[in-house]
Amino acid sequence: MRKLFAAAAAVALGLTASLGAQAADKTKVGFVYVGPVGDMGWSYQHDQGRQAIEKKFGDKVETTYVESVSEGPDAERVIEKLARAGNDIIFTTSFGYMNPTVKVAKKYPDVKFEHATGYKRADNVSTYAARFYEGRYVIGQIAAKMTKSKIVGYIGATPIPEVIRGINSFMLGAQSIDPDIKVKIIWINSWFDPGKEADAAKALIDQGADILVQHTDSAAPLQVAAERGVVGFGQASDMIKFAPKNQLTAIVDHWDEYYISRVQAVMDGSWKSEDTWGGFDMEMVHMADFTNMPEDVAKMAAETEAKIKSGELHPFDGPVYKQDGTLAVKEGETLDDGTLLGMNWYVQGIDGKVPQ
Amino acid sequence: MRLEMQKRGAPSQVMSLMSPVLAIILTLITGAIMFGLLGFNPGKALYVYFVEPLLDPWSLQELVVKASPLILIAVGLTICYRSNNWNIGAEGQFTMGAIFGSVLPIMFPDFQNYAVFPIMLAMGAIGGGLFAYIPALLKNRFATNEILTSLMLTYVALLFLDFLVRGPWKDPDGYNFPESRLFNDYALTPSLFEGGRMHIGAVFAVVAAILVFVLFIRTLKGFEIKVIGETPRAGNFAGFSKEKMTVFAFVVSGALTGLAGILEVAGPIGQLRPTISPGYGFTAIIVAFLGRLNPIGAIFAGLLLALSYLGGEAAQVDLGISEKTAKAFQGILLFYVLACDTLIHYRIRIVWRNKLRAKEVA
Repeated sequence: MRKLFAAAAAVALGLTASLGAQAADKTKVGFVYVGPVGDMGWSYQHDQGRQAIEKKFGDKVETTYVESVSEGPDAERVIEKLARAGNDIIFTTSFGYMNPTVKVAKKYPDVKFEHATGYKRADNVSTYAARFYEGRYVIGQIAAKMTKSKIVGYIGATPIPEVIRGINSFMLGAQSIDPDIKVKIIWINSWFDPGKEADAAKALIDQGADILVQHTDSAAPLQVAAERGVVGFGQASDMIKFAPKNQLTAIVDHWDEYYISRVQAVMDGSWKSEDTWGGFDMEMVHMADFTNMPEDVAKMAAETEAKIKSGELHPFDGPVYKQDGTLAVKEGETLDDGTLLGMNWYVQGIDGKVPQ
Repeated sequence: MRLEMQKRGAPSQVMSLMSPVLAIILTLITGAIMFGLLGFNPGKALYVYFVEPLLDPWSLQELVVKASPLILIAVGLTICYRSNNWNIGAEGQFTMGAIFGSVLPIMFPDFQNYAVFPIMLAMGAIGGGLFAYIPALLKNRFATNEILTSLMLTYVALLFLDFLVRGPWKDPDGYNFPESRLFNDYALTPSLFEGGRMHIGAVFAVVAAILVFVLFIRTLKGFEIKVIGETPRAGNFAGFSKEKMTVFAFVVSGALTGLAGILEVAGPIGQLRPTISPGYGFTAIIVAFLGRLNPIGAIFAGLLLALSYLGGEAAQVDLGISEKTAKAFQGILLFYVLACDTLIHYRIRIVWRNKLRAKEVA
């Protein structure tokens, strides 16, 4: 029996080695998605990026994806499966894949891994994320111009720094137009739950909100906005077709350029482990068309977008005060990325507490 | 004209045993047709799905990793279902086991020695067992329907886990992300092979299956389960307590499920997260029935179900077939298992004209 095990182990090792060494002419690119490609939000936009790779490189690449991979024990197996299938670079596109990605990367040092929105890196693991908060500053300004009740309803997924940062950026944008804006926040503890998102949207409208902002991925809040005659903003992808008369704009994730550049780097042999955090400037974040608003508001929004893109304006330019009145960054300076990445406090003017 | 189900006099013994095999064959045929309609070569698709994962030591290990919790849970469920206790809440007991078992590595991360892991296993089994005791108690005390209570307690457990990882058990160094701290090395499930993911959970699953099998055929308790399950009145005359049996079945099943929960969390996951199970507790119900409520059968059924998951992923990676097919396969399989079972016990008759009610009843 022991011999049998030993033989099996030897075969296993041999196979691992031979698969790792196998080099194909085509560059093979693998993707792991947390949702279905048809979610019209987060996973959909990553898949758009995958298709952009195919379009750009044609025969020189071969892409594969596995969709609806839960962030539990299945993730590690799927990532390893892609590594064993001979992929040269693997994009794991959800925060919950962080530890599995790092674990698998240790076993396959020749494969490059790219993990979205995480903070653990290794020699063959890069991380990347987008500065979506830049878009949130723009919609903050639009909201302040458009609201009559001066109450904005905000649907948050879960109070991680990404979402807190978005709320703060939105608020700073709104306050730059009108310091008296109030924001009401509902946490639904999920990224994609149309039922809960719709319930939250209704509750916020009932509390007087006439603008809805969402940091969750379904189009349900916009559809509620359309039913109830208020306006809102799309998330992750352009959701205009769900609410043609009620979407003001949308913050669109746009991974095409980044994905193409990383695959190119693998082809050139110039790939290095990096931490990329790009915004308007790197085309990672796009604003959908400014619709359903007066021309002057649209013009202002476009100008703000351009200013942020050029670096003339940063949403977290000082002075920024924390909720309790203490100064977070003084005039003439900008909050540093480290603080932004770990952000767990609200700016002044937001009621309520960050759930701890 | 209408169709009528008529009970057969004596269901065929051979067919009873063959029914899962027949169901699998019918599933494969249906699957082949489905692949053909989707525009794939059916032979190749079925090969990638059901054969290829068995040819490679790595995916064989992964198969066992995926099957272990399913088997462990299903083995416990066989005790429940054989004794007429409908425990549908394994998912919740799995979660509670994982939570109880995680108390030590999360709240006392500095306590590190060889005692940690055995204590975690014991705590996991206790957590699952206690949580399963609730529906048993409710059933005995208030005659509540255990299907409803056990199912609904599942959501209590899932939300409790959600609360813990977002609140008190959140990793202090985790940037507010809803995850617990990573378990220390002493708190991790030992692997069976160096570098592989196959862990001692597999051993637990097989040992549990054998023990429960022996329980069924060699002990008085096993006889009691059989009598109470098949003819409760006879059990009553024999002096067997239905109430005690309910508690026994639920607690043992819950403990095995809780054990599966902590093994999974301490094994492939290594920390607590808002979701720790891709529905193991529910899939295990299919496994239990596919295995004919026989613990040894559950081993094979668990491996088959695990294969359908792995095959689904392989089909996505190798052929670009949608992940939905894996779910469709499981649905088709369950459908055929139930259909075959039904047709072994009943025959379908076509009735051309309405007959008298009296005749129908007879």
